Amino acid sequence: MADSPPPVLALREVSKSFGAVRALREVSLSLIAGEALALAGENGAGKSTLVKILSGVHRPDAGRLLLDGEPVEFHGPADAQAAGVAVIYQEPTLFPDLTVAENIFMGRQPRGRLGRIDRRAMRAQAAALFTRLGVPLDPEQPARGLSIADQQLVEIAKALSRDARVLIMDEPTAALSGNEVTRLFGVARSLREQGCAVLFISHRLDEIFDLCQRVTTLRDGGHVADDRIADIIPDDLVRRMVGRELGALFPKQDAVPGEVALQVRRLTREGVFTDVSFEVRRGEIVALAGLVGAGRSEVARAVFGVDRWDAGSVQVGGRALRPGSPAASMALGLALVPEDRRQQGLVMELSIERNIALAGLAEVRHGPLISRAAERVRAADWAQRLQLRHRSLADAVDVLSGGNQQKVVLAKWLARQPSVLIVDEPTRGIDVATKAEVHRLLSELAVGGIAVLMISSELPEVLGMADRVLVMREGRLVAEIPRGTATEETVMAAATGIGGGGA
Amino acid sequence: MTITAKRPGATLRDSGRGLVERVARVRELGIVVALAVLFGVTGAVNPEFLGLDSLRDILLNSAIIAMLAVGQTLVVITRNVDLSVSSVVGLSAFGGALVLADNPGLPIVVVIAGCVLLGAACGAINGLLVGAAKVPALVATLGTLYAFRGIDYAWAGGRQVNAADMPDSFLSLGSRPVLGVPLLALAAIAVLLAVGWMLRNLRSGRELYAIGSNPAAAVLAGIPVRKRVITAFVASGALAGLAGAMWAARFGTVDAAAATGKELDVIAAVVVGGVAIFGGSGTVYGAALGALLLTGISSALAVLRVDALAQTAINGALIIAAIVLDRLLALRVAAALRRRRYRDAR
Amino acid sequence: MPADRFSLLRRWEGLILILLVAVTTWASLGVDGFANSSNVSFLLLDVTEIALMALTMTLVIVAAEIDLSVASTLGLSCAVLGWLWNAGLPIEAIMPICLVAGALCGALNGFLVTRLGLPSLAVTIGTFALYRGLAYVILGDQAVADLPPAYTSLATATLGPIPVVTLLVAVLAVLFVVILHATALGRAIVALGSNEEAAYFAGIRVKRIRFWLFVASGAMAALASLVFTFRYASARADNGGGLELAVIAAVLLGGVSIFGGRGTLPGVLAAVLLLGVVRNALILADVANEVLNFVTGLLLVASVLAPNLGAVWRRRTSPPLEGSLEGKSAL
Ligand SMILES: Nc1ncnc2c1ncn2[C@@H]1O[C@H](COP(=O)(O)OP(=O)(O)OP(=O)(O)O)[C@@H](O)[C@H]1O
Ligand SMILES: [Mg+2]
Repeated sequence: MADSPPPVLALREVSKSFGAVRALREVSLSLIAGEALALAGENGAGKSTLVKILSGVHRPDAGRLLLDGEPVEFHGPADAQAAGVAVIYQEPTLFPDLTVAENIFMGRQPRGRLGRIDRRAMRAQAAALFTRLGVPLDPEQPARGLSIADQQLVEIAKALSRDARVLIMDEPTAALSGNEVTRLFGVARSLREQGCAVLFISHRLDEIFDLCQRVTTLRDGGHVADDRIADIIPDDLVRRMVGRELGALFPKQDAVPGEVALQVRRLTREGVFTDVSFEVRRGEIVALAGLVGAGRSEVARAVFGVDRWDAGSVQVGGRALRPGSPAASMALGLALVPEDRRQQGLVMELSIERNIALAGLAEVRHGPLISRAAERVRAADWAQRLQLRHRSLADAVDVLSGGNQQKVVLAKWLARQPSVLIVDEPTRGIDVATKAEVHRLLSELAVGGIAVLMISSELPEVLGMADRVLVMREGRLVAEIPRGTATEETVMAAATGIGGGGA
Repeated sequence: MTITAKRPGATLRDSGRGLVERVARVRELGIVVALAVLFGVTGAVNPEFLGLDSLRDILLNSAIIAMLAVGQTLVVITRNVDLSVSSVVGLSAFGGALVLADNPGLPIVVVIAGCVLLGAACGAINGLLVGAAKVPALVATLGTLYAFRGIDYAWAGGRQVNAADMPDSFLSLGSRPVLGVPLLALAAIAVLLAVGWMLRNLRSGRELYAIGSNPAAAVLAGIPVRKRVITAFVASGALAGLAGAMWAARFGTVDAAAATGKELDVIAAVVVGGVAIFGGSGTVYGAALGALLLTGISSALAVLRVDALAQTAINGALIIAAIVLDRLLALRVAAALRRRRYRDAR
Repeated sequence: MPADRFSLLRRWEGLILILLVAVTTWASLGVDGFANSSNVSFLLLDVTEIALMALTMTLVIVAAEIDLSVASTLGLSCAVLGWLWNAGLPIEAIMPICLVAGALCGALNGFLVTRLGLPSLAVTIGTFALYRGLAYVILGDQAVADLPPAYTSLATATLGPIPVVTLLVAVLAVLFVVILHATALGRAIVALGSNEEAAYFAGIRVKRIRFWLFVASGAMAALASLVFTFRYASARADNGGGLELAVIAAVLLGGVSIFGGRGTLPGVLAAVLLLGVVRNALILADVANEVLNFVTGLLLVASVLAPNLGAVWRRRTSPPLEGSLEGKSAL
């Protein structure tokens, strides 16, 4: 250590509490130029909190921040940015009314005479960034209406544009599919080789092993271990994170498919998807795979009634569904765990128990009034079954870590005991242990006779869990692949339209 | 969107920009069309409406509201609102008039500067309440709407300043034309162009939009949110102060009740002008056109000899018609956009 | 933070209540003529319309909307009443017509907001002018004063110091408290005010609820207009001008968040009373009418400012930004 240069940015015994929650306890970590460090830990371990300390959003209660070995204090994000720290936050932070290019360069727009913003230069630089990332985004398009994945890509472009000395990425890949992740890693590697220090957070262990040289593990806000990636295998890392051995990641139980529970016929929403037909039987888990933007979530939304459809029909348990009414769909036993948990899944200011009760207000009633006891029992039951990490059920969900928020959304819908469950990226941002838990749960639900339609961008999840894989491309259903023949190759071939596999 | 990828980047970019710009232009075009219809119809019924005097009058009448609408837009873009403008106008109009009446020798420039400073001070109070103390803008400025007006009344103590008490050189500012255009309107136009340019071309201008579009993200982006919000309020207050001086010059007779209730007119102008009430989008040009349209409507109703009692109702109906029209237009554009994207994708 | 927030809310209502008690005590001791039964009835009567409209306004604002047209609706309903009375209709037939007229006004607001997706602030600025204008069209600038004494005296009648209409307010207040704080509808209102999209995804009929809230707001304004008309024994088109700001001020002073999703009715009712007491005491103390508005404004700002200043102070000693980070993400 004595002869090597000091770390670019380091934390020394940093602690941070939110009220009674001790999010970080005397954590130390070093970011070294030319090296990628992974930060591992379960949901709620304190990873994002640590990121926010490095980026000047939070100030530590105790401990020090070192920049090039010298103590510094960040009074706000601007200070951290000035010190060369670029951050991709876990949740996208875009300005919906502004164009993509403006989002990237806000506050740093290239300027000409009189301080006038040089739009042409800005556009060109944004386009160059996207080319480097290999994504086809239009810099002049407004950010409103971008899919989560595209939002994430803009965030990445924003961070890259800063030419940072330290690049921090808090689950940048959670919403991305394979192609985009590969591109991102390519860029991250070249940055690293140019001497940038990288901090990378992900719940996908293969990504950690792919990109990073070292890994620091947190558990319950405390520092557990520092390892060289070369010295460990994924199982070691899981053990450090969880503190125990873990069972199978895809505990798929075989179920005998029953009668048709969900039947979708020739469903079309103009300009979004066309002529989509499929069915899901009781006891079956059907995966809807495809590239980001293929129209999978849009189909789910239409089936559930959040969006209208222009042609076609949907039947649940043999009964036709009224279009455009989530309430009607729910009455027939449909449930949708949506794509965007913060925006669509949760009311962030409401408590955990009220969020869980929200989809089933009729079930926690006592006469015309809400029974708080019933509400609490319902929430406590599911919080336990999903191993929710929380302080009190009366806490607002916005203080939960990302993964635990996802569990609340799941609890909210599972508590309704639906007959058809549509889950859109059910394990986005969920740690390995919980992911296994969710998979076990989905599998159990299917065995119990529920029809499950699962949208997922994670191929291992699709292959591990699904009885059948439906593949969408450009708004159409292009392939149906049974479990036996579903492999990464067949699914990707159908999703990209390259090679065989079309139907 | 990911799908549109296959098209060559250049054409994609150009068509995308063209469309966005078209939409933007259309938004203001809607008001321009409404204005044209208004003037066309009214002029057909009563040609006098298009006479020089009448047009000058409309310009004069809309100048003050337009000036206020420009200031209001700055605030609304940041997802805030300034209800207290009317009270600031009243305070500044009365204060300016009183000082002039009591000290006839004072240079007019000094008085106007004083009005602007007074307004800026009021705006600073609002700005500090909202930006620093985090009081929601609607609450803060509803409070200061009452409070500033209260100060105005206390200062006036029932007095009234008449035109005869003020120097002619000041009063003539309210009506004097330069090259045929009233001075007040010229002032409003100058302010409009300056603010419009800044909002579009300066970093700080764009940051106002960013703040209104997503306040939390603005903090993370390192934007000095507090400073910008306070500045927006100070600017709105200063413009209201200037408008107050204009008010005194234009009407000559001022008491403590001057401009009462105008805040809703100003906000109506801003909204009709296509500025999103929840921040993040809209232009000062739209807001100024909105002010012109609303004033034009009032004048037209008068010219058309619509019963005075019915004018309020028709005014309200037309405001609603304007925002409904704007909305329907936006919906159509959105639908077209969706279809176009889909076509591009195939 | 959240637990703090709720206890803060509780403290907030506590604060308003304590303030109410303090001001009332001060007025009873220090202001001549405050603490006698005729003044108490006057005070209670005086806040009736504001209290009524504040009930529905609270629900509307918690649902993240706003209704600036309530006072104009009140005026329109007054005009309808005066006009029909002049036309010779029996008052018992007129009153339901007024309520329907108010509900229709609300329905138009609701339609424009929920079906066309227009911001309610903009819509109700328009209908603010429209309804008041219609009132002028219907009744002109005349005042209809020869109203049936049975009703005008009932409107000012008291049981002990308590006016009869206050009982009406009390019954409705209990009803609204239960609706907002203990029923599924109330939960739904809070949820959709906080995050409309998530509420919609949870099967809550967002538009329908919003629509009916506007209808209720209109009908309530009409009910308030009946009390107003009979109380002053005069139906005029300009009745209740400017009341909308007074109502909104009371709701906000009561701790309801202007951004929706947060607020309680007991707090609002305490705030209505607080404003009424302050007003009444200052009038009795011979303070000029204009100064009253000043005090109202100051109270409004100060009450919101006080807890926030505490927060600003704390921010100085601990992290800088956490407070400002909770803005709703708008994407
Ligand atoms: N603003 C806040 N107020 C209160 N508690 C908070 C706040 N932010 C985070 N916490 C708590 O701190 C702990 C750590 O949260 P953090 O978001 O850092 O977890 P994480 O490791 O990023 O988890 P995930 O993998 O799910 O994103 C959690 O228990 C969370 O509930
Ligand atoms: Mg996290």
